[in-house]
Amino acid sequence: MKGREYVMTRKVYMDNAATTYTSPEVLEEMLPYFSESFGNPSSIYSFSERNKKALSKARQQVANALNADPDEIFFTSGGTESDNWALKGIAFSHNGKGNHIITTRIEHHAILHSADFLEKNGFDVTYIGVDDKGRIDLSELERSIKDKTILVSVMFANNEVGTIQPIREIGSLCRERGVVFHTDAVQAMGHVPIDVREMNIDLLSLSAHKFHGPKGVGALFIRKGLRIENLMHGGGQEKGRRASTENVPGIVGLGKALEISCSKLPEEHLRLSSIRDRLINGIKDAVPHVKLNGADGAERLPNNINFSFIGVEGETLLFDLDGAGISASTGSACSSGSLEPSHVLMSLGMDHAMAHGSLRLSMGESTSEEDVDYVLEVLPEIVRKRREMSPLWEDYLKKLEEVK
Amino acid sequence: MYSEKVMDHFRNPRNVGEIENADGIGEVGNPKCGDIMKVYIKVNDDVIEDIKFKTFGCASAIASSSMATEMVKGKKVRDAWELTNRAVAEALDGLPPVKMHCSLLAEGAIHSAINDYRNRNGLEPWEEDKVHKAVMEEHAH
Ligand SMILES: Cc1ncc(COP(=O)(O)O)c(C=O)c1O
Ligand SMILES: [Zn+2]
Repeated sequence: MKGREYVMTRKVYMDNAATTYTSPEVLEEMLPYFSESFGNPSSIYSFSERNKKALSKARQQVANALNADPDEIFFTSGGTESDNWALKGIAFSHNGKGNHIITTRIEHHAILHSADFLEKNGFDVTYIGVDDKGRIDLSELERSIKDKTILVSVMFANNEVGTIQPIREIGSLCRERGVVFHTDAVQAMGHVPIDVREMNIDLLSLSAHKFHGPKGVGALFIRKGLRIENLMHGGGQEKGRRASTENVPGIVGLGKALEISCSKLPEEHLRLSSIRDRLINGIKDAVPHVKLNGADGAERLPNNINFSFIGVEGETLLFDLDGAGISASTGSACSSGSLEPSHVLMSLGMDHAMAHGSLRLSMGESTSEEDVDYVLEVLPEIVRKRREMSPLWEDYLKKLEEVK
Repeated sequence: MYSEKVMDHFRNPRNVGEIENADGIGEVGNPKCGDIMKVYIKVNDDVIEDIKFKTFGCASAIASSSMATEMVKGKKVRDAWELTNRAVAEALDGLPPVKMHCSLLAEGAIHSAINDYRNRNGLEPWEEDKVHKAVMEEHAH
């Protein structure tokens, strides 16, 4: 277990914000619903009875996780559909009251591109900025709410930098002003406690594959009594609000995965926060001139780390880390194929060079202390080597000298 | 995503570094577009005797820098000038279409070093072709 062999064989998955594996317990729960109990839940024969029960069990599991009522849970094909439904559904059901929507600059593209679409169709969208840690300014939000405002959509936690927004405060503000409040909780779900009643949330998006459930299934919480247009038109599934034959195995998996992650949440939150901070401090100690992107402590997802390494390009880091068996992610432009780095990093007020040098490490239930040790063993040397061949790093050092 | 050659030149880039008392130095790119390349050349008897580079950029930018410097080393200055980003990409067994701009960087940096050398020696700088010029302006340092 030493030297080269150790380096070559070790695999560390630090991209849980992109997706997670479906946990074996969840898969086991799903399996009977593929070939054995495959009946259409809409059918009336007794063969489908088990499937109907499975759906209501999953609905109850999701409701429990959110402190919602099962009638308020609607299954979808994932976070993207839930986000699209929330925005377009509220826009086209509340356009009698007004046409103004408020969201933030750091939302996922599922929100931003839906907002683009609405702008092209006669709606006005205000994009609230964030501070250098990725937090929105509540007073700016308050000032942006007008008579014509029908919806506020603010993500619970950001997928790149992990910043958690003051959801409870936003919820009570929206409630006070009579504006519908949606939150994209795709990254937060299963990692931080969420209570839709206490937090005054009207709509909430979640996605199973971010908390060890299967891909391609999610849910939208819709507060009882809230008017919302359908997004998917067709059959009468989900009480006539979301057409398409239910993805029974997926939904069963979602319910189970959420139940497990919520039951483990308090201890996992503690464990991951401590691992996270050890890794953050370890990187800061071992690599000079780095910047932690996002917020600290309780304002940050327990599983998210995002650093900028001055003078090194993000994609370079990803490939070097991959060569050492570590899977990570970057907000750099060159990995996305465009010249512009991530809109999230730029919204934090970062300059281009820093945004190009970002690295996201996102942990999960399988992340161990040994994984952290391994990253700390490998990463500083990678950064050192790439900086040595970087003209940007050379310029940076020269400028530091001049300042002295 | 990348060919084995790209990964090889990315992992073990050739000709990395600086040349003291270089005869020409060129630099293109900027932090905005995410790729910067700096090239040093040593010219002897109209031949590029030595060449070194430093690159900030993605894996294809680094691999292109490495391959391009390999390809012009030992060449006549004019022949080095004629090296195109397409030839560099081909020598790397291809680059994904979205990464072609990264290979232009290497061609541009070599051109800029050659013209610096020509300037220093009282020679007229050579003209970039139009397409190239447009792209390099977008990536001006
Ligand atoms: C914040 C956020 N919203 C929405 C999505 C989209 O979810 P899905 O992949 O389930 O469509 C993601 C996934 O990357 C996300 O991180
Ligand atoms: Zn590039």
